[in-house]
Amino acid sequence: MTGFVAVLAATEDIPTPDVDWSAIAPNLILMLGGILLLTVVSVVRGRLPGWFHAVWTISVATAAIVAVVPLWQRVQDSGPESVLAGALVLDGFSLVVTATICVSVILAALLLEAYLRRERLGGPEWYVLMLLSASGGVTMATANDLVVVFIGLEILSVAVYVLAAMHRRRVSSQEAGLKYFVLGAFSSAFLLYGIALTYGATGSTNLSRIQAFLADTVITQNALLLGGLAFMLVGFGFKVAVVPFHNWKPDVYQGSPTPVTAFMATAVTAAAFAALLRVYVTTFGPTYRTEWQPLVAALTVLTLVVGAFLAISQTNVKRMLAYSSINHAGFVLLGVLAASAAGDAATLFYLVAYTFMAAGSFAVVAVVGRRGDGHHDLSDYQGLSRSRPGLALVFTILLLSQAGVPLTAGFLAKFYVLAAAVESGYTWLAVLAMLTAVVSAFMYLRIVVTMYFAEPEGEPRRPRIPAAAGLAMGLCVVGVLVIGIVPGPLSDVANDAVSQLVAVGR
Amino acid sequence: MLLNQFLLLAAVLFCVGVYGVIVRKNGVLVLMSVELILNAVNINLIAFSTLWGLAGQVFALFVIAVAAAEVGVGLAIVILIYRNKRSIDIDELDELKG
Repeated sequence: MTGFVAVLAATEDIPTPDVDWSAIAPNLILMLGGILLLTVVSVVRGRLPGWFHAVWTISVATAAIVAVVPLWQRVQDSGPESVLAGALVLDGFSLVVTATICVSVILAALLLEAYLRRERLGGPEWYVLMLLSASGGVTMATANDLVVVFIGLEILSVAVYVLAAMHRRRVSSQEAGLKYFVLGAFSSAFLLYGIALTYGATGSTNLSRIQAFLADTVITQNALLLGGLAFMLVGFGFKVAVVPFHNWKPDVYQGSPTPVTAFMATAVTAAAFAALLRVYVTTFGPTYRTEWQPLVAALTVLTLVVGAFLAISQTNVKRMLAYSSINHAGFVLLGVLAASAAGDAATLFYLVAYTFMAAGSFAVVAVVGRRGDGHHDLSDYQGLSRSRPGLALVFTILLLSQAGVPLTAGFLAKFYVLAAAVESGYTWLAVLAMLTAVVSAFMYLRIVVTMYFAEPEGEPRRPRIPAAAGLAMGLCVVGVLVIGIVPGPLSDVANDAVSQLVAVGR
Repeated sequence: MLLNQFLLLAAVLFCVGVYGVIVRKNGVLVLMSVELILNAVNINLIAFSTLWGLAGQVFALFVIAVAAAEVGVGLAIVILIYRNKRSIDIDELDELKG
């Protein structure tokens, strides 16, 4: 009893780490922006104009991008550093991914504005969940500890599960939500099991400590670590939907409200790939590359081939784009597989380019879907070139970019990834990737041909293009063309970002 | 050695959980199976913390908290589906296919 009292009476402070607030500013802005929006809206309920939520969300995301700039300068001047007692890492790579996630929040918020108005749904919850999810994605991209990777992943995913099921009147939206939830929770559990095994093998969850431990120690019995690596790969594989863990993706992309699909295709993919790259390439790359590379190579082959071939047989445009995003995931995986500085830069470039391509494509799909978000069949695109020439042109540019036609972002993204793969000795895989790109180009051209040459049955409908959705499409097309014609600035940024990927422990 | 027995127990629990997720059709039972996997992880973490110190136990606390949040959202979605379809059989969800 006296011992207990003595413990209570002790006035020693619990040691707390130094918190460098400025280093986590972008993440804080996103998270506080989301929480404040919820608070403000519930205090002044009913007295806010309808556009307030979207404008708030876009301002918050823009502020987060602005907050990235001084941090980028700091990293360029004094090198990467780890903050919050080694829990997070501040380097060029994490900052560029942060900015990418914020861009996709801006684009998705514009789409959501138009969508909610059309569907007569309302409420700040959509935007709040999106901001919180983005904050989870940023946490994941900046994580320097497997615990933080896991928590970031959960903040990111749980919000998106709800977003997927948010459309009250469409049963398919709820079905998508449940399917995404079950497989997402399953995959998080796999990831977690892998993390536990890795912790058992290396004695730490901190990525820089794991890296140092593996560099210093020769492990005689590495079954635990290999098991951990394999389980974590399954967990990440589900999140980025590499084959054979891709089954959920077409269903979920089709069923979710289209702006949410755009957010999933951009922000969730970027964050998951950033974490995958940091864990596998940066942490286990120097010592365990030869162990995981064959596994990832096999996954890449399957992802590229299955994504391309299953896309052809679809007639629903949203499902086509889902399968094509699986094929794109294969290309990004090629950059991860290269496990070199060039591969990291190529991965980053691809993720940024894909953000514009995917968000723009889903913007068109959202507009063509009309009220009810149900007109996604290929036949709904017949005669679009006559009823809405501008919309058809925008979709054509974005699809050609996805196919990898020169002078668009998609071409250079594919080129850099393939170059990195060849440099690392995966020439055969690069050739295979090119072949699958040809196969998926067929699918993209099929949509284009339908828009321009197919005779519509009956009078072609003119889908309304709301201003916000039009703005999002315009931004995406400009982004795709600017990156495609003047790639210098972005590839410079990507190269600078990657050279500092190596995490520094305390 | 004692550690191995805990790891074995966790592995068995993990397999039961995976089996449950794959085979069960009832939405709530699938959620429970996921919880089993997460508890297998917790046993692993705590067993390993006898080797490496407290970090594993702290991580287990994080896992418990996150699992609670996750299952909350999951049950909410299951209830939403039940209201619309009067069934929580996962195999009956067939709006989306192709």
